[in-house]
Amino acid sequence: DIDDVGHKYHLELVLEDVLDKDSTVNCTAEVLYHLGNKNIAPDVQFTIEGELKNTDEADNMFYNRIKSLEKELVAENIPDSHGNVSPEMEPIHLLAWVASGYVIWQNSTENTKFQLAQIKHVKQVKRSDEYLEFDYMILLHEMVSQEIIPWQMTVLWHPQHGVQVTQDSRQPKHASE
Amino acid sequence: QLDFWLSPRGPGYPVDVRVPFPSLQPLKAHLEANGISYSIMIEDVQALVDHERTEMLRSRRRLPLSTNTFDYAAYHSLDEIYTFMDLLVAENPNLVSKLEIGRSTENRPLYVLKFSKGGTNRPAIWIDTGIHSREWVTQASGVWFAKKILLDHEKDEGLASILDTMDIFLEIVTNPDGFVFTQTQNRMWRKTRSTHSGSTCIGVDPNRNWDANFGGPGASRNPCSETYHGPYANSEPEVKAIVDFVNNHGNIKAFVSIHSYSQLLLYPYGYTRTPVPDQKELHQISEKAVAALSSLYGTNYKYGSIITTIYQASGGTIDWTYNQGIKYSFTFELRDTGRYGFLLPAKQIVPTAQETWLALKVIMLHARDHPY
Repeated sequence: DIDDVGHKYHLELVLEDVLDKDSTVNCTAEVLYHLGNKNIAPDVQFTIEGELKNTDEADNMFYNRIKSLEKELVAENIPDSHGNVSPEMEPIHLLAWVASGYVIWQNSTENTKFQLAQIKHVKQVKRSDEYLEFDYMILLHEMVSQEIIPWQMTVLWHPQHGVQVTQDSRQPKHASE
Repeated sequence: QLDFWLSPRGPGYPVDVRVPFPSLQPLKAHLEANGISYSIMIEDVQALVDHERTEMLRSRRRLPLSTNTFDYAAYHSLDEIYTFMDLLVAENPNLVSKLEIGRSTENRPLYVLKFSKGGTNRPAIWIDTGIHSREWVTQASGVWFAKKILLDHEKDEGLASILDTMDIFLEIVTNPDGFVFTQTQNRMWRKTRSTHSGSTCIGVDPNRNWDANFGGPGASRNPCSETYHGPYANSEPEVKAIVDFVNNHGNIKAFVSIHSYSQLLLYPYGYTRTPVPDQKELHQISEKAVAALSSLYGTNYKYGSIITTIYQASGGTIDWTYNQGIKYSFTFELRDTGRYGFLLPAKQIVPTAQETWLALKVIMLHARDHPY
């Protein structure tokens, strides 16, 4: 408890590579939830002990594949009702995962627990520069209220420049049906 | 009358069109006159349609004729699960019977399978899955549990001895209206499908509708909320049916309600931080059950009371059952921890059911060994 400021948490975590369960790395973090104002994202400071795996090859393969598509990529329901994600859509799924992490961070309080539930819709947006741009409609599952919240997010990605969420907005509940 | 299967996009792009017989010659003439090349992809569409129809009728009749050909590693429709139940009973009527304990809001039957080796009103174990319809791995696991009991009731020592003195009741689709809705309209539907005057929103959270601090914190009075507790306790026929069953039976000794996801094993209370009198024993059982579960595939579970482990919730199932005197009241939250969440890949159904069964056996054996 920090008077007049908020609540600070010290965390020791182990990060596990979703694509390689045996690959782990230790991490320490400090999270400060601000008092009162619900519109400020918590402050996060972190240190990763060691190095994250190099993914250049897979990144470039995905980048080139998308760049060479004749028609802009469009897809929906990832995973589908039965939990399936086709191999071609797996990177799209992972990209949404990362981008939703940003959205979740920006909207988290001590009383929320968000998970990405599903990509309802994703559409590639053609760009003249080197970036890939995707317009996502995702569903976030909030554990405490159990609500499923549709959320729009515009995601930019480049193998060397990483992920950026340039726009995001919460949607009204029936927007996804 | 042309029916475009690939619509015109612009010069240089192909067009696919189904041509009714009378238009065939005029269209050919028109294309040739304009120098547009064409090729025939399907000579006779009707023949193809007729063929597909016969194939579909044939494959529909290829319904699993026994519980041995049923695909446990896939998600099934309500009809398929209800058919499965009948097959199960037919294959072993001495052990299994099907009871209808009530009807849902949309008038679907609520079925409970009873596994019994005899006796009259023996002390019993209750297991329910699918109370929240979007938690598909639970109904799928329920189906697997039913088959498992059938397979093992003689050759597995533990199970055989449990059934020597106790009955097992299993409600696989506890919320059939919600389940059908997840398959036809909205995969993320959680609640029942009841309507309420004064609101356009539908459904009540069946795990907030029980008479245990009903309406308290941890449930919502907003009908549009996913945790709406309903107008009054037991307003939902799906809940009332179980309440009536439990009260009429009078001899239930263990009650397990299964949910997903989060990988947790929980005991009461959800509505208050006051520990239950049997907290120590329930905690020890949980520890053992989770160890058994993890032993199979290394799946990590946490355990504890609902309020300290997950969140405050009032009007919950096992808070009510515990207060009715059913000491061994537990709730599971099955796989996973959020990677797929409700959309757990079908190939994880069987491993999930297998590991959960080990935990259930620990609970059932404990109930058998500690009569009260």
